[in-house]
Parts: sequence; C-alpha cells; structure tokens
Amino acid sequence: MNVKDIKLGENLPERLLLDQHIDFIQKYSSKENEYEYTMTEYLRMSGVYWCVTVMELMGALDKMDRSAIIEFVKSCQTAGGAFRPCTGHDPHLLSTLSAIQILITFDAVDEMDQESCVNHIASLQREDGSFTGDRWGEVDTRFTFCAVAALSLLRRLDAIDLERTVAFVMASGNFDGGFGVRPGSETHAGQVYCALGTLGLLGRLGLVDSDRLGWWLCERQLPSGGLNGRPEKLPDVCYSWWVLASLKILNRLHWISKPKLKKYILACQDSETGGFSDRPGDMPDPFHTLFGIAGLSLLGYEKPQLGSVNPIYCMSAVCLMKAGINIPKFKTSS
Amino acid sequence: STWGVLLSYCSIATRLQADRATALYRTSCLPISVFTPVLTHNTVLQYPVTMTSSSGSEHSPGGSRTAVILYRDREEWSDIEPRKQDDGPNPVVSIAYTEKFQDVYDYFRAVLHRDERSERALRLTADAANMNPANYTVWAFRRVILKHLECDLQNELRFIGDMITHHPKNYQVWFHRLKILEWIGEAPGELEFIASVLLLDSKNYHAWQHRQWVIKTFNLWDNELDFVSKLINEDIRNNSAWNQRYFVVSNTKDLGCFNVAAEEMYYALGKIGLAPNNESAWNYLRGVLQSRNLYSFPGLRDGIQELVDREVCSPFLQEFRIDVFEDELELSLENRDAVLDTAKRVLEHLANTLDTIRGKYWNYRYRRIVSRYGGTDI
Repeated sequence: MNVKDIKLGENLPERLLLDQHIDFIQKYSSKENEYEYTMTEYLRMSGVYWCVTVMELMGALDKMDRSAIIEFVKSCQTAGGAFRPCTGHDPHLLSTLSAIQILITFDAVDEMDQESCVNHIASLQREDGSFTGDRWGEVDTRFTFCAVAALSLLRRLDAIDLERTVAFVMASGNFDGGFGVRPGSETHAGQVYCALGTLGLLGRLGLVDSDRLGWWLCERQLPSGGLNGRPEKLPDVCYSWWVLASLKILNRLHWISKPKLKKYILACQDSETGGFSDRPGDMPDPFHTLFGIAGLSLLGYEKPQLGSVNPIYCMSAVCLMKAGINIPKFKTSS
Repeated sequence: STWGVLLSYCSIATRLQADRATALYRTSCLPISVFTPVLTHNTVLQYPVTMTSSSGSEHSPGGSRTAVILYRDREEWSDIEPRKQDDGPNPVVSIAYTEKFQDVYDYFRAVLHRDERSERALRLTADAANMNPANYTVWAFRRVILKHLECDLQNELRFIGDMITHHPKNYQVWFHRLKILEWIGEAPGELEFIASVLLLDSKNYHAWQHRQWVIKTFNLWDNELDFVSKLINEDIRNNSAWNQRYFVVSNTKDLGCFNVAAEEMYYALGKIGLAPNNESAWNYLRGVLQSRNLYSFPGLRDGIQELVDREVCSPFLQEFRIDVFEDELELSLENRDAVLDTAKRVLEHLANTLDTIRGKYWNYRYRRIVSRYGGTDI
C-alpha cells in the first residue's frame, strides 16, 4: 500500500535532550537568531506564550525574565481591551489569548484590564455565533476557540452567547466527522482541536460522534509513527499536539500507537542546537518545540518527567490549578 | 515543498553616502536563514522560502527589479523622521535587524504613527509586505490607505494576485484579496485565478477556502462539479477535492433524495475501485450515506462484495464492511451469529495483521460490536 509518509533515518535522537531544549529556548530571543526573530514580530505574543509554556513544562520557567515579560504583555494591551502581538502591531484575538495564557502561567492575570478585554471579545461575536479575529471580519473556528478559551480563563463565559457559539462549531462539522475553518471547509486536525477544545470547555462534547471522530484522528498516524493533519499529507510534530490533544479530550488517546509516536517525536529533536522541528532534519523553532514537548507530556513521557499539560488550553496543569481554573476532568488512564 | 529552510548567501548592495554625487556600492555577503514562519491554521507554521536574487535586489510584484536604495537615502522621503522599534521600558530581547529590513520598517512605523494615507505610503506598504508578507498590520494599513485614496481596485487585484503566486500559503494575502473582492462587488475570472494557484499545490487549504467563499458569495456553482471531477481524476487522493465535491453536491442537490445519494455512492465506489486504499473516497462514501442504513441501501452491498471478491487489500474496505455488518445487525434478526462472527474475524484480522498500528482501536470496535449485538438474550 502506497502511503505518503517519511522514512525515519538512522542515528536519530532516541531520548529526550531536555537541557538542550531549555538552552534553545533561552537562546531563541538572543542575537543569534536576529533575522527570524525580527520577521516573526507580528506573532511575538504567541511566540512568548510558546516559550513560556514549554519552559514551564520542562521545569525551567525560572529561567525566563518574569517581570520583563509581564511588562511586555501589559504594554501590548490597547485601550479597547485587546492585545497586540507586539508594539506597533494591530491587536488581534490570537495575541489576546496568548497574552492571557502568559499572565495566567505567571500568576499575574490581575495585572491586565480584564473588563475591557472581556467586552472586546464579546463584541467580536457575530449573529451566527462565530467570532471574527478583529474588526476586519475574518471568521475562523480558531477564533471561536480563542474567544472561549480566553473568556474561560478570565471566568467570564457569561459574556457571550454560548448556544450560538456551539451552533457555529457544529455547523463547521463535516461529513467525515471532523471540523474545518468554517462551514464547508475541509476537515483539518488543527480545526478539530479548536472545535473539541471549545465544546469541551462548554461541556458539549456529547454532541460529537466521538467514535467516528476518534477514528479519523487515529488514522492520522502514519507508518513512520508521526501524525499528519489530514489524509495524504506528510507528518509534522505539531500534529503530535493537535491530534493527540483532540484524542485526549475525547478520552481516546490510546487509539494511536504511543511507542511509535514517541519515537517520531524524539526523532524530530535537533541534537546540535536543541529544539524540535516539524520532521527530522529540518530547522527547529519554539512552536514545534512546545508541541513536541507537550505531545511527549500527553504520552506520559518519563526520564526525565515533564510537567502535566492540559489538553484543552495547552498550558501547565499546575499553573491552571494555582489560578483556580476549573477545568474538565480527563481520565488519566487514557 | 515549501517546508524547510534554505540557507542562502545573499549579497546586499548598500549605497554608502560618502558623497551624494558619487555613490559607492558595497556588497556584503551574509549567511541568512531565509525562513519565514507563517501563521497558518491554528498557528501551524509553514515555511515559504522567500528567494532574494544573488545580485541583491528584491524581486517585487509586477516584475520589475527595484534597486535597493534605502528609504533614508531617498530625497522624496527626507521630510520623514524614521521611527525606531520601541520595545517598551524593558525590552524582552535585544534585536538587531538587517539594514534593509530595518530601513523599510522604520519608515513604515513612521507613516503608521502619522497615519499618513498617501501614495508614497501605499508604495511603502508594498515594500514592507514584500519583505514580510505575514505582517498583518502592514496589510491592514494598506487597506486603510486604499480606501482613503479610492484606489483602482483592479490594480490592487493584480498586485495581490502576484503576491499570492509568490506566497500561496500565507493567510494575510488571501484575506486581503477577499476584502478587495468584497469592495469590488464582483469576481470575474476569480475561479480561474484560484485554479492557477491550485496548479502549484492542489491541496492549498487557503486556496480552497477562498474558492468556497467566492462560489457562495457570487453564486458561481455552475461549473464547479466538473472542476472537482477533473481534479479528482488527476489525483484521486486529493482530500481537498473530495471535500469540495461534498461542498458542491450538498449545496446544489439534495442528498436526502435517493437518486442523488445513489449517484454519489456509485461515483465513490468507482473511484474506490481504482484506488481501494484511498481514505478520502471511503470517507466520502460514508458521508453521502450518513443518515441511511448501509445494509439496506440498494447497490452498496454488491459494490462492497465486488471489492472483497477481488481480494483487495485495504483496511478501509474492512472497516466499511464492519459498518455494514453493524447496520445489518441493527435491522435483522436472521443470521445474527454468523454476521457477528464474520465481523469479529475481520476486526481481529485488522488488529493483528492488516492495521496493527491502530490495534487498540480495532479491539475497541470488537468489544463494541459484541456488547451491542452479541448478547445471547435478545
């Protein structure tokens, strides 16, 4: 059977190079990576969230400059309540969620203007229950997830119309059991994650055919052990998060082969610089590093043990608990 | 493939201002990792590689090569004070920019701060977008200027079309094009444009999504089924094309109607016959029959049996047989034990031989079918 996949080569890392990843994240914002760092300014807030979260999961959050980061985050909140990704850039729902996630992780969520933020997010909801990212009007189930996750972290889900929110998510459901960006759009693992995260936070997972969707999700696993995002695409370590977290939310994580996936994720480490890349041999970056580590955490990787990660928020379970966020329970056995 | 990083040695021509009359050119060679993380769906990063030519000038949309004259050296920009990046009181990181990038963005920040909605600002946003097409704010401000100046939107369509051709997997360029089309109010030739992008990558998620928006907004359903069929013929495993087929059929026909469902069933079975292990076709088959009983739907069992008789090797075929068995068990009281036994053997075969990587899933299906239909006290 001809399946689109990669072949795992020889001499790939087989154990977790934790210290190197810590080093990689610390160095990422330094002079050595200037060009890439500059080019990604427009997603700086999310970049900081990826770094902060992965350092926390690796037990190295103390190596991040807490006060500087909090100052940066605060400086990005606009009068309207939303957060910019960086100074000089337009605010957006994506960076708003990342900002809140960073503050919660640092136990500093009181340092932002919560009221104006809540009002702003609520203003982005449309008649059909969908959310736009900002005033320009782009609609995407990602933004639904951002809105619901952000409001749940601020404990203000009351601010939006939850029934219509759910209705739009379900309208974005497809004939294969999955979910796309909007009604009609192709099922994609990332969008499945956003849909399930939203439904999970709102206690409406019962609306999903979990067996059918769980099967679609575990069909993402390729012979190499890696996961892709939709049929006939190559594996990518970030799907170790989107697909795996989705399966965890559905209590069906055991439907993929854990040993094979673990092997794939570990193979995506860069043994020279640290960090993870999308697949073995490519350049590492904080995005794939977070999702590689988070994926290993969901798989229960030990030696060294990683911090427990919440599959809906992609945040440290400990930080969420400290912040008093009531999160749905997930069976530890799956 | 646009994945991965290209390490390229770029020569950057820099004009030294020792003497305005006689400019000296200095070239410096720098290794630069030219990957641009682009925010795509759900923050999935992809890496479109932006090629800069070895002679150092950027290829800009429209085909002309612009010589690299920094904004700070241009007479017509001498009234502007460039605005340095302000990282706040305690910069999280120390940043050093490449000179050209710094120059363009210093001036961009200046016009943004002044809210200068002029022709020259418009041209500046083109440069800024060229250097970093994922920069959301550049596109947003460009739209503000376009509106203010009441620019020729057909021109803009050409500009953004060129950008998309160079950066087809970037969110911002597609959204910008959508807004321009909204403002124009019609989209002649748009389906052809999207088709040309799909030629480069027939699974480009942005392109397909944009296509669906165009079709719905401007009511351009007429030829889409033919277009989709052509793409499926070219690549039978193109999941995006199969999704598009469902999109067209479900919006232009009634899948609740028996004839429509039957036609789509035969279409899917035909493609499955050509490539029996094609997940997309099996998902489509199940999708068009989703509210129906698979055992009793005319023609389906025969189609499946034909594949079984051909001894086709496909986990998807075997899974579908289980779905049919379950529907049979749902309906009839005859042969229950025989049907259940066959189903159990198929599932064991899947778990132990045919698709071992998903062994736990097949074992679950086994337990499920037994618990639902296997009781001896009916």
